[in-house]
This record gives sequence, C-alpha cells and structure tokens, in this order.
Amino acid sequence: MRFTIAWLKEHLETNATVDEIAEALTDIGLEVEEIVNPADRLHAFTLGRVLKAERHPDADRLRVCDVETDLGVRQIICGAPNARDGITVVVAHAGTYVPGIDTTIQVGKIRGVESHGMMCSEREMELSDEHDGIIELPSGKVGDRFVDWLAANDPSRVDPVIEIAITPNRQDALGVEGIARDLAARGLGTRIERPIAPVPGTFGSPIEVSIDKDTIDGNPYFAGRVIRGVRNGPSPAWLQQRLQAIGLRPISALVDVTNFFTYDRNRPLHVFDADKVTGNLRVHRAEGGERILALDQKSYAFERGMMIIADERGPESIAGVMGGAATGVTGETVNVFVESAYWDPVTIAHTGRKLKISSDARYRFERGVDPEFTLPGLEAATSMILELCGGEASRVVEAGAVPDTTRAYRLDTARCSSLVGMDIPAKDQRATLEALGFAIDGDMATPPSWRHDVRGEADLVEEVARMASLTKLEPRPMPRAMPGVPAPVLTPLQRREQASRRMAAALGYSECVTYSFIDDASAALFGGGGEARRVANPISSEMTQMRPSLFPGLLQAAARNLARGFADLALFEVGAVFHGGEPDEFEIMIAGIRVGATGPKDPHGEVREVDVFDARADAEAILAAAGAPARMQVARGTNKWWHPVRSAKIALGPKITLAAFGELHPRVLRLLDVKGPAVGFAIHLSAVPEPRAKGGTRTALQISDLQAVERDFAFVLDKDVEAVNVVNAAAGADKSLIEDVRVFDEFVGGSLGDGKKSLAITVRLQPREQTLTDGQIDAVGKAIVEKVSKATGGVLRT
Amino acid sequence: MDDLRTRYLGEIAGAADEVALERLRVAALGKKGEVSLRMRELGGMTPEERQVAGPALNGLKDEINAAIAAKKAALEDAALDARLKEEWLDVTLPGRRRARGSVHPVSQVTEEVTAVLADMGFAVAEGPQIESDWYNFDALNIPDHHPARTEMDTFYMAQAEGDNRPPHVLRTHTSPVQIRAMQERGAPLRVICPGRVYRADYDQTHTPMFHQVEGIAIDRDISMANLKWVLEEFFSAFFGTTVKTRFRASHFPFTEPSAEVDIQCSWEGGTVKVGQGDGWLEVLGSGMVHPKVLEAGGIDSSKWQGFAFGIGIDRLAMLKYGIPDLRAFFDSDLRWLRHYGFAPLDVPTLHGGLQ
Repeated sequence: MRFTIAWLKEHLETNATVDEIAEALTDIGLEVEEIVNPADRLHAFTLGRVLKAERHPDADRLRVCDVETDLGVRQIICGAPNARDGITVVVAHAGTYVPGIDTTIQVGKIRGVESHGMMCSEREMELSDEHDGIIELPSGKVGDRFVDWLAANDPSRVDPVIEIAITPNRQDALGVEGIARDLAARGLGTRIERPIAPVPGTFGSPIEVSIDKDTIDGNPYFAGRVIRGVRNGPSPAWLQQRLQAIGLRPISALVDVTNFFTYDRNRPLHVFDADKVTGNLRVHRAEGGERILALDQKSYAFERGMMIIADERGPESIAGVMGGAATGVTGETVNVFVESAYWDPVTIAHTGRKLKISSDARYRFERGVDPEFTLPGLEAATSMILELCGGEASRVVEAGAVPDTTRAYRLDTARCSSLVGMDIPAKDQRATLEALGFAIDGDMATPPSWRHDVRGEADLVEEVARMASLTKLEPRPMPRAMPGVPAPVLTPLQRREQASRRMAAALGYSECVTYSFIDDASAALFGGGGEARRVANPISSEMTQMRPSLFPGLLQAAARNLARGFADLALFEVGAVFHGGEPDEFEIMIAGIRVGATGPKDPHGEVREVDVFDARADAEAILAAAGAPARMQVARGTNKWWHPVRSAKIALGPKITLAAFGELHPRVLRLLDVKGPAVGFAIHLSAVPEPRAKGGTRTALQISDLQAVERDFAFVLDKDVEAVNVVNAAAGADKSLIEDVRVFDEFVGGSLGDGKKSLAITVRLQPREQTLTDGQIDAVGKAIVEKVSKATGGVLRT
Repeated sequence: MDDLRTRYLGEIAGAADEVALERLRVAALGKKGEVSLRMRELGGMTPEERQVAGPALNGLKDEINAAIAAKKAALEDAALDARLKEEWLDVTLPGRRRARGSVHPVSQVTEEVTAVLADMGFAVAEGPQIESDWYNFDALNIPDHHPARTEMDTFYMAQAEGDNRPPHVLRTHTSPVQIRAMQERGAPLRVICPGRVYRADYDQTHTPMFHQVEGIAIDRDISMANLKWVLEEFFSAFFGTTVKTRFRASHFPFTEPSAEVDIQCSWEGGTVKVGQGDGWLEVLGSGMVHPKVLEAGGIDSSKWQGFAFGIGIDRLAMLKYGIPDLRAFFDSDLRWLRHYGFAPLDVPTLHGGLQ
C-alpha cells in the first residue's frame, strides 16, 4: 500500500516529520517498506537571480550570466534560450550532484570562459520531462533552498511517498483514511473527519439491479446509480498527480475517481458505460462455462458458483474482481452507471485465485472492506464525478441489505498485563479502542464495521498493546519449569543422529544438505518416482519428486564437485527420505559416499582406490556410534541401485535391516554423471534398537591372568566360499575357549589353481581356569579344521 | 702385578669391538686367565703374604671388570651413534594422511540453538515434512480462504484420483510440529521444533527449502514480556554478546498479539555485527499463541496461555558466521563445506561455549 504525505494530511492534521510518521507506522504494525522523498536529492539546490546575461564571445547559443547566489555573484555559462536578466533561477554550485544528467558540477571553462555552476531545468532535477529552458520561478529569495520553495509553493512536487506492508488482518489500512486513524490513535495528530453528504437524485435510475436468491450470501448488498450527461476527459492535475505518485496510471476522470476511492477510503467501485448495458443488472452465480472479456483484454471462463454481474446479454463483470471490456467507460461515455457493492471475502478469494486475476478490487474485497461504507462510498464518488465531469445523478438503486456485523467482546483490562506483560491504565485502554472506532459500553467493546479481524478478547489486547507500543515492553525472566539442573531433552533418535553425524565427519566425510526434492529420473533410479511422492507445483523440473533415498542428492553433489576438479570425495547427509506421500511415510537416514582414492598421492605409497571395505568399515563405525550392538550379520540381498555382487546389508536377524553398504551400481553412476566407481553406505537410524538396560552400569569386567594363545590356520577353499562362513565355523569349534577369530589374509588363484583361494585366520584362545597344554591346543586346532572343512569343504593348507 | 694392571687396562681401552673385549676378559678373568691363575696361587702363600696379595688381586679383578663394562658401554654408544647417523630421514616430508571431514553449518547451528534453549527447559520436537492441510494451515488459524495461504508460496503434493481430502503440502513452517507437540504432550509445554521447511520461491535471498526453528512455551501465566526475556537471553548466549531486541506490532494468524522482533546490530564496513550499534535487523516473528491454536492442539485456552516464535536457522548461521549466500548452503561445494563447516569434535555446549 502506497500513499503520499500530502494525501495522508487530507485525513490527518499533524506536525510530525516523515521520519516520525514512518517510525510510528512500523511500530504499530504497518511496516514501512520504502520511503521515497523527492526532496532528498534536491537539498543542495538554491535560488539565484540572473543579474546580467550576455552573449558568449565565441558561441552564439551560449550566454555568460552573472548570477546572484547564496555564495555571492557567480559567473555561469548557460545554453538555455530563456536565460536572461532578472529571472529567478535554480542554481547548482560546483560540487552539487545533478541527478537528471548524472553529473557532479565542476568549475570549468566553456569555450574559454569560466563557469562556476549550473542553472537547472526540471528534467535535470528529475522533476519532470520539461527541458525547454531553465526553471524560472515566479517568486523566491536568493539563497533560499529550492526544496523549501517547492514545499511552500508546489508541495506535490516534493511529496514523500511511503509504502507499507499490509498484514492480512489490516484490510482497513488499505485506505489512506484507515492509516490516518491508526496514527491519530497513536497520538501523532488529529484525524480530519470528512463527512459525506448524500447527493439527491433527480430521476429514477434507468438501470435497476437485482441479486439472485442463491447469491445473496456472496453479495449481501449492491448499490448503484446512473449519472447522465458526463464529460469523461482526463482528470484534473491534482488527481493525476495523486495517482501517479503512488504508481497508478491516470486513465480518465471516471476511472480515476474509482481508483481514488479505492486508495483513499478502501472502497473499490466500478463504472459501467450505461449506454452499453442492455437492460438491468443481475448478480447471480455462474453455471460454469460462461465467458467474459475482462478489462485487462483477457478472456475468462467462469466456474460454477463464481459470481457474475450480468445484463440481458450475459456476463458484464467478474463480480468484485474485474469489470468487463464490453461495458467499460471510454472517452465517449456520456452516461455512466456507478457500482458500489459488498462482496463475501471467501468467494472473491476463491474466484480470484482460480482465475489468477490480481486486481486492486480483489485484493481489498478478499480481505474484507467496510460493509457500512458501501452506500457512503457511492455518494462520495457521485459528488466527485459531478464535480469533475458534470452531469446529473439518478436516485440510488439498491439490492439486498448491508450485513449486520455487530458483535461485542468483553474488555478485560487486566488481560493486557497478563498476556503482554504491560501495565496500561484501564482508561487509556478504553481511550485507545475508542480512537480506533470501537464502541465501549461498560466492559463490552464493539469493534467498528471495518475491523473484520477483531474476533475475540485477545484481539482487544492486541489493539491496546500495539498502540501503546511494544518497544516499551520490558523483558521479564521466565522461571525454569522445574528448579535445578535441567533434564536432558533429546530423544534417543536425536542423540543417535548427532553421534552418527559427528562420527561420519570424523571418518573424513563432509556433511551436505541437499534438497529434499529431486528430478523424476534420479528418483526412479532409487525406487522412487510416480504419483505418491510427486510435488504438484514444483518450481523446476529438477525438483519434482520427494527423495526416496539420500543417494541421488549426494551423487549429484559428487558429480558437481568432480566437474570442479575434485577427484577424491567423501560426502554424507543426515535427513528424511520419503517412502510415500502421507505425513508418516518417512524415516531419518544417514548415507555417505566415497569416490576416487583414499587421498591424494603421497610419498608413503599408501594411497589406493576406495573400495567396498572402506564403506563397510564406515558403516560399522557409524552404527557403533549410533548405539548398535556389536554383533551384526552381513548378508547379500540389496536393492537394485547397488552393485549386484559387491554390496551387502547389515542386519540384526532376518527382520531388522540396519544398513546397506557396497559399490553403487555402475549404471546408476553413469546416469548421474559420476565417474566411478563409488562406494557408499546407508543406515536406517530408527532401526537401531534402543539399549535394553536403563542407566549406565556396565557388566563386571572379567580379565584372565592366564596367557592367551593365538594360532593361525590357512584353508584352501572354492573361490566363492565366503569368509564369514569360515569364521563362524571356526568360532563354533569351542565357544568357551575361542575368544576371537580374525581373517588376516586372502589369496586367490596362482598355484592353487583356478576357482580356488586360500583364506588365513588367526584364532585367539583364552583359557579361563588353567594354562593350556600343548595337547589341549592341538585338540582345539583339530576341531577347528574339522568344523571349517565340514562347513565349507575347505582343507587345511600345508 | 702393576704390569698386569697397566697392560690390561691399556688393552681394554684400545679394544676395537665387543669380541676383542671378551677375549681380554677371558685372558684376564677366565678360568685360566692370568688374574684367575694368580688368585689360585693365594692358597700357597703365607697368611701375611696372602693378606697383602689377596685384596690387591681382588681390587685388580674389580678394576678390570669395571673397565670392560665401561668400554662396552662406550662401544655401544658409538655403535648407536653410527646407526643413528645412518637413519637420517627427510622429516619435512608430509605426514601420513588423516581424514578430515566437516559438519554442515545448519547442523552446527541447530545444535547450538538446542543447547541454549534446552537449558531453559525446551525439549526438541520433530514432525513430518509432508504435512496435512489441517496441521499446516487450519490448526494454525489459517482457514482455506486466508490470504496468508497464497502469501506462503506453498508446495502441494500430487493427489491420487478419488482422494477428496485437501492435498497434502510440504510444510511451509515448522509450526505444525507445535500442534502435534501440544496434542501429544499437553500443557505445560516447552518445546522447540527445528527442521526443513519449503516455500516455492527462488532468488538471491530465497531457496525453495530452508530451515526453521520454532519455539513454544505454554503455562498458566506466561506473557510476552517473558518471550522478550527468553529471546534476549537466547540471542545473547547464541551470539556470545549482549543483544537487545525490539518488538514491533505485527500480525500472524497463529498468534495474538503478534510481534516482529528486531535484533540490535551495526552495519559498519558493509558487514552486519550483531549486538553492536544502534541499527535493527528483523529476524523473527513471534507472539502469544492464538486461543484457536491452543484449542486445535487440545489445550484449554481459558486455563493456559503462552508464546511462540520462529526463526530461520540458515539465517542465524549466516549472521553468526558471516556466510554471504543462502543458496550455497544447499550446493554441496566441497570448498564451501570445508570453509564454513565445523570440525567433528566441535560439539557446542553451554559450559564449553558456542563458538
């Protein structure tokens, strides 16, 4: 909402400065977004008088002028045809910035003669496009500031424009009058009441109006009248300037009048060319499919239930949103029908949204205008049309009735203190509300008809508090809910998230936060895509699907970084992935990827390409940080985006899958432009079971003083026998004695022949009661070899 | 005997290595060594002779042993010195690489915010990002026709054929989590709700996804003055300097009265410095929870009241750590992640500090 200070002063008598007004507006909830003060750029310009103007010795069109200024008499060269003795001019001294020519004036020589400044045209000061000559002022004293002269003699030229943001509840501040009312209630001046006198009609309106029965809820009240014999030329300068100052284009007197009241009183009006209306006007609901060419020259189709103002020919206006082109007024219009109606905000909002029309009328009607002002608005517009365009007004025609919005709420003056924490005397609270138009009767407050937003006791407190100024609010300590040391607040899942995040970072991964929505193709690669997770109104084709996995975002990030020249990457993300489109169909995961080598080349020769076992180690470390138990099973059977034989899942029994790790499928990498291979892991954080025991007590530590013994075994096996089977078999040979089994070597092919491999394990034996004898050790060894052979078909390598 | 002494000590001093030393030891002190033989002769001596020769021989034996030990140590030292010289390395070569990862500023700042507010008794509540129309709007006193719905640039989810419910939305704020928290935990209540939110907007200063943390405190007599105190305490702890706030009247459908909150800052030299100067920066929306919102959360608004506030986490990170561009938060540029990210062990705590 824009307005100018001069416009505001039509409704508010005040001595407040622009800055004071702006500060008050922001403080009471009408936040100032911009102040444009044309005077700001003109402070340096002063008035001067040309004492003598003579022809330049070397240029016919230039004049050498002696100009009396605030700095004494200055010689200024001027090319304007009207530069002559005795005129009062506007001077820019050396050092002054002249906005219209984007130049700072300097002392210089023009064709050999010194010039100490400039006499300006209107265009040079960006006051208008006028550039036929320099400004000649009819009055003014040498040395006065030009802005002061303008303020005194032509104030509209330096009228500051203020733009405020309107929150959805403050429909009343969409008119200058409403803004003035707020400022007056704040104490920034006195409101100027502008009573409206009804204009008596001299004849019956040739156009009558009716509202269909099923439409009266959407259009409770409609008023209008014909004014005949008008001349619809350009509106007068003052009105044009008003509208131009706030960014509206003057069109014609009739249209400008409606725009004026839209902004002055928050009362949108519509004018029909009465001669183009066939028969009477009828407000009714659309059947659906009716069409209209609107004033914006676009064609719209009504949907069922939208409101139409129609004549005998059909729709002539999208009610409350935009008029029709066919009955619009033109320069030839001589008879006009003026409409002032009250529309139901919800219906207007739906219609405007569906038809995608943004208009000043829709903007106001959907927020709710003052229903009581419907008829006064018509009368005010009538007066101004008669004044500007002449003509003769008919009697008013009406349909429906102004809806009764009267309601009252209890004013509990103690509530302000309890809710806001400000102590404001009861009588001040009442005075504030009355200044805002509330009627106070005992302890009941009736909101004015223009305040649709006031719907309860808390709203009364809000009005009082904002007028008293929340800047005065003093902080008041909030006691702890419970005395003493605060209890921990994080849930187990939240702690798990934090621990796994920091573990991943400690393992060398950089945390990314990627968009939750991804493109169709990437989603499909990871089991997503389709309707359930589709965003209906994405802002880009790259952001259409809620991610089914963290990998697409990470791999796309990897591709971007690879393209920037990073060869070795480790990236991870913690966040929600979506299994469907319902609110509960999501889970929190952590996933990471590694691409390239373990690091840049170094002199120690330890660098190698990352592999599946890096991913496994990372997954296990993070699972441990997240509190997963030590014993987990690794098994094949991963989703299609993993390498079919170089990936596995980590599980707790057959039912709980905690994680997957491995190489990502080469085809997926190719489609996502990642020069692979890439390995990664994905962990279902919520699948990690919560620790069974509460509290931190550990089981007692059992240390044996007896020496542990380690023995190595190597088995020749078929190549596809998995190490886990060897380890499990060996561990099962003597569960009480065998503390640990570790794989320490794998050797494939060579002298073993095709299809064979050797796997070496270390078995650690921990005696509990007495030192092991050689015989006992040999017996366990034998049992291990037997178990492994039986389980895997392997033989001890000799 | 002096001969013997001089000779052996001289030879020991001149021994080239341990082998020569051992040979000397055997020659002198071995079973048939010269000193040992002399000692064997003691038995044939008179008591008087023995009294003189005995201690002298024993002394000689000790002296030779000591000399051998000393020489041995000297030889070992020399050998070690020689070996150490051989072991010269270029110590300016790089060390073996250790992984260096980083934590994203959004995560770090979320933990910082949590640390401060947890101390004031706020628990952390989370909720769905795909949210029903009711939780995201209606429960927050934003009915269907409300202009705030259009102003929020909402993302809608596609609807299955025949699904007559209003379409689900990507939550436009974390406020629906407040409703869920009220329903689940009742009053009194203190929670914060951090998380991702979505608005259909993309330009210099807006991304279609960003992060918010909202806070809500419900009790018998909580007022807006308490809110101001909580926020000033929060900002001061978070920025590590005393930060004043300014409340301005505003409007949000879910609070009443509502206030925009500015924090004190200066803009000297083109950068924002929080807690200094006399400028103000708008950072936060807040207010007293609207009675209708309390009722939607199943809380009796005639008995309970409280405040709510919401602030951008990304915004807080930008302000505190001088990060210029919001869009870069979600670009995953390694250079950015390493520069603006945090070390894994840099866990924010109140006792250890938040910066």
